[in-house]
Amino acid sequence: MNNAFAKSWMIAVYAFLYLPIITLVVYSFNASPLVTVWSHASVKWYVALMADDDLISAVKLSLEIAFLSALMSVFFGTFTAFALNRYRRFSGRTLLSSMASAPLVMPDVIVGLSLLLMLVSVQHWLGFPDRGLFTILLGHALLGAAYANVVITSRLREMDGRLDEAAMDLGCKPFQVFRLVTLPLLVPALVSAFLLTFTLSFDDVVLSSFLSGPGYSTLPMVIFSRARLGLNPSINAAATVIISVVTIGVIALSLYQARAARQRKREMALVYSESNQNT
Amino acid sequence: MVIQSEVKTTEQDLLRVVGLSKIYDGTVKAVEDVAFSVQKGEVFALLGGSGCGKSTLLRMLAGFETPTQGNIFLAGKDITSLPPYQRPINMMFQSYALFPHLTVWDNIAFGLRRDGMAKADIANRVESMLSLVQLNQFARRKPHQLSGGQQQRVALARSLAKRPQLLLLDEPLGALDKKLREKTQFELINIVQEVGVTCVLVTHDQEEAMTMASRIAVMGGGRFLQVGRPREIYEVPNSVQVADFVGNVNLFQGEVTAADATCITVRSAECMHAVTHSAAVRVGMRVSLALRPEKITLTQVLPLADDNWCVGEVVELAYFGAYTTYHVKLDSGMVLKVQAMNGTQTNVIAVGHRVYASWHTLAVVVLTQ
Repeated sequence: MNNAFAKSWMIAVYAFLYLPIITLVVYSFNASPLVTVWSHASVKWYVALMADDDLISAVKLSLEIAFLSALMSVFFGTFTAFALNRYRRFSGRTLLSSMASAPLVMPDVIVGLSLLLMLVSVQHWLGFPDRGLFTILLGHALLGAAYANVVITSRLREMDGRLDEAAMDLGCKPFQVFRLVTLPLLVPALVSAFLLTFTLSFDDVVLSSFLSGPGYSTLPMVIFSRARLGLNPSINAAATVIISVVTIGVIALSLYQARAARQRKREMALVYSESNQNT
Repeated sequence: MVIQSEVKTTEQDLLRVVGLSKIYDGTVKAVEDVAFSVQKGEVFALLGGSGCGKSTLLRMLAGFETPTQGNIFLAGKDITSLPPYQRPINMMFQSYALFPHLTVWDNIAFGLRRDGMAKADIANRVESMLSLVQLNQFARRKPHQLSGGQQQRVALARSLAKRPQLLLLDEPLGALDKKLREKTQFELINIVQEVGVTCVLVTHDQEEAMTMASRIAVMGGGRFLQVGRPREIYEVPNSVQVADFVGNVNLFQGEVTAADATCITVRSAECMHAVTHSAAVRVGMRVSLALRPEKITLTQVLPLADDNWCVGEVVELAYFGAYTTYHVKLDSGMVLKVQAMNGTQTNVIAVGHRVYASWHTLAVVVLTQ
């Protein structure tokens, strides 16, 4: 009975999570222009998508912003995490540590609005920057750095501090320790921080809306504005494409990880059998 | 209760430590006023339980901790304030700290590359290190592809590769299982002697300290309790703490009833002790008597001597193959630990037997602290 309850609970949760997505995918193949009425299957919205220059340039802009802001986030996040983890005492440490995580708890609207106000007055005094790609990047990197900091901090914490000491013992100056030991070992965390901040940037609407200028509409902004004018099946098609790309990416990644884990296990088993033969 | 080894400066002294202290947050004394010197080629062990300050002391030698007071001299040069990467000292870490992203070869070459050594020289040095620890066929492996014993040898090779003037060993065998440990102990000491490097070794295992070190410092509460060769530490401990920490010991509490130049008599609840001892004691003084389990003889016939024997009942017995340990409950309530080699006795003593435990006048050590 317990088991049956657990199973139905699981089905309910999955249905809650994935039913909307499945509906969306199914309706993207609907021939009818009315989103809620099924007529017959067709790929005409995908064809329409190919011709939709606004949407395509929005995708390009979103990818560009996501890529660059993820790079910036990881860069700033790494150094913040490193400073907070490896240097126990410096002036302003407490301030930095609380400020580094402030964007996590601050509502996006507040962050967006205050950034906008600041950028407007900066532009007023300096004539720079115009709102557009750069300002969106700035906002996304600000938010992303906070998330990257969290991811990288947790990895730094679990890393054996003796490795740093061993490197120093063997003649590394502090920066060499970072470059030759800490950084290579951080790579998995850097990759996941990059993916996380890339995703964050890719689906952000709030910050982008505040910080973008004329001619700079990201994909979520375009979808959002079109949805307000009435649901358009070509948006379903666009969403389906994105979902497919993400799904394929996730599956490929987990397959790769599973293979690496198996490989490692095999090597450990080999060592074990060798050492048994030796003794 | 401060026992300091004599600090004499001779040509032979490679390492000299003077008045070294480490105090955390102004109050916690991890290491307190330690002084010693280590000669070239010597293996010096710091022995003590956890929290005795041995690791902090080692980390100060390596340069990871800054001493609150005192100085460290290496080959006559004050290195107290040098960072770890400028000291000609290398350390073999507890659980090895091998770089997981580098191969065995690169791990060993790591320190050499930092020195800007020529490529060919690095290759030669790494190869010779690999042969030294017999790991040539594993050069291309990553640390996780090695067994514990092999990792230990890589760690040793890495710490010796730069030909340090001083090698620090932090619990070098701590991460190995018991069987491997005995084998590795001798391998390690052979390699160290072959290279001729001076060593400071930290361990909580007295057996490890005794087999590997030429001198041992027993530490407790951040201080040196006693410094001496393994035999001295074991046979002539200078305090109850040292006697108790190093090996098994039976401790009698007693009062001195007579004392002359060579022999003193002590009365304890168990029996009268006649002890050959030169320590400064007065009649009426309370002292502890330390007696090692293997120096006691168990018999079932009444000993002839007047002193140094007592009678009790065997309450426990453990057979270890080469020897047997007995727990003999004396009439005073004290349980005497006795260790006897097997193979010669014909009358086997069993649990429940009433036995006489006796020992020689030289067997007991009088401790006033």
